[in-house]
Amino acid sequence: MDTAEFVERILSGDRRALARAISHIEADSPVGREVRRQLYPRTGRSQTVGITGSAGAGKSTLVGQIAREEHRRGRTMGIVAVDPSSPFSRGAILGDRIRMQELTSYPGIFVRSMASRGNPGGLSEMATGVVDVLDAAGYDVVLIETVGAGQDEVEVATAAQTTVLVSNPGGGDEIQSMKAGLMEVAQILVVNKADLDGADTAVAQLEALRTISGIRAWTPPILKAVATTGEGIADLVDAIDAHQAHTRHSEHADSERRELTRKQIIALTRAELYRLASETASGSQMLDTLVAEVAGRRQDPRSAAELLLDALLREWAANGGD
Amino acid sequence: MKDGRTIRVLIAKPGLDGHDRGAKVVAWALRDAGMEVIYTGIRQTPKMIAEAALQEDVDVVGLSILSGAHLELCPRVVDELKQRGVNDVLLFAGGIIPTEDVPALKSLGFAEVFGPGTDTNRIVEFVGKHVPRWA
Repeated sequence: MDTAEFVERILSGDRRALARAISHIEADSPVGREVRRQLYPRTGRSQTVGITGSAGAGKSTLVGQIAREEHRRGRTMGIVAVDPSSPFSRGAILGDRIRMQELTSYPGIFVRSMASRGNPGGLSEMATGVVDVLDAAGYDVVLIETVGAGQDEVEVATAAQTTVLVSNPGGGDEIQSMKAGLMEVAQILVVNKADLDGADTAVAQLEALRTISGIRAWTPPILKAVATTGEGIADLVDAIDAHQAHTRHSEHADSERRELTRKQIIALTRAELYRLASETASGSQMLDTLVAEVAGRRQDPRSAAELLLDALLREWAANGGD
Repeated sequence: MKDGRTIRVLIAKPGLDGHDRGAKVVAWALRDAGMEVIYTGIRQTPKMIAEAALQEDVDVVGLSILSGAHLELCPRVVDELKQRGVNDVLLFAGGIIPTEDVPALKSLGFAEVFGPGTDTNRIVEFVGKHVPRWA
């Protein structure tokens, strides 16, 4: 399949072409890059939603329920569920579908599991591309789910228009979420497993945190949910809709969108620099020499990195910046 | 890695048996060999499996069946895959499958059938060797 055929088939609703295009984007192949370029003008119509929270918070179950609710409201939905890759083998077990398999009977719902693959900055670059393609393919809502651990994962969830932070009762989560700075980036706070003891305490803690984090144009609502039964899900979807309406009509909407775009361009530049540097450095003798120097304590790692960067910049300049 | 990309595998359990130790062991072995393994849990219908294979764009589908219903379930999975145009995946099966049933599964398009006690290295090697290239 060439790029033009990919684009045409994706726009006509061919899910097989969509699925293969996502693989190309994950592999960052030339076809993947070209498909992204050509589809970009068609993006910007979906609601984009990020869901994050600690492992075991019930995110996948919650996402499954949100999808059912969106389906009930007559909307189509694309879901991207991110799980970590093993740092050793680079392989991954992607198990989010276990909680979402019934969704395969809804024709308007498309679920894709994605491994983080472990390139700094690379995850959000990859995830944004996948979200864009689902957006261009015409899904009304595009939702991305990540574990809220690690800069990259958080970055992915916060690149969406609406970010939902999921926590649980009794997790002692208060200081944890302050440390992670998650409170500042979330527009909706959900206490999942609210049928457990301590749900009201968890809500009160979040309320206190919300107060300290200052006055903003949008006050993040704090909701209770029980994802396993579906309790509180309709309210959550209402809250997502309300925030989407807020961003569309607020006077800050434009500057917020620009801020997201600015971050995205910087992230892409960083990912591209990382890729270039790894490619050039991996085959160079200079790196081996520097490794030996640092290992022998004759050179410190930062000076070595600076020397390597100087050499790379010179090499790129000599090659006409390519 | 094949063509410079990561191999994606769907490990699925069709039918009603609820024992997924074997499926999980295979999933872990493939992961440790650097593959991305989508595991969908127990009691999957052929439709669910085919739909997951399509959406996840996997290169390989492995079915684990311990219930004895492999001769009913495997053709239905193949049929659902075909209906969706998913015709370029490597198929294999595992579980409790009598040797006399293996030819029937192979004629359906299953490239290999692994019985109890199979060394996981053999499965990893098999997948690496036979995974189809991208069209």
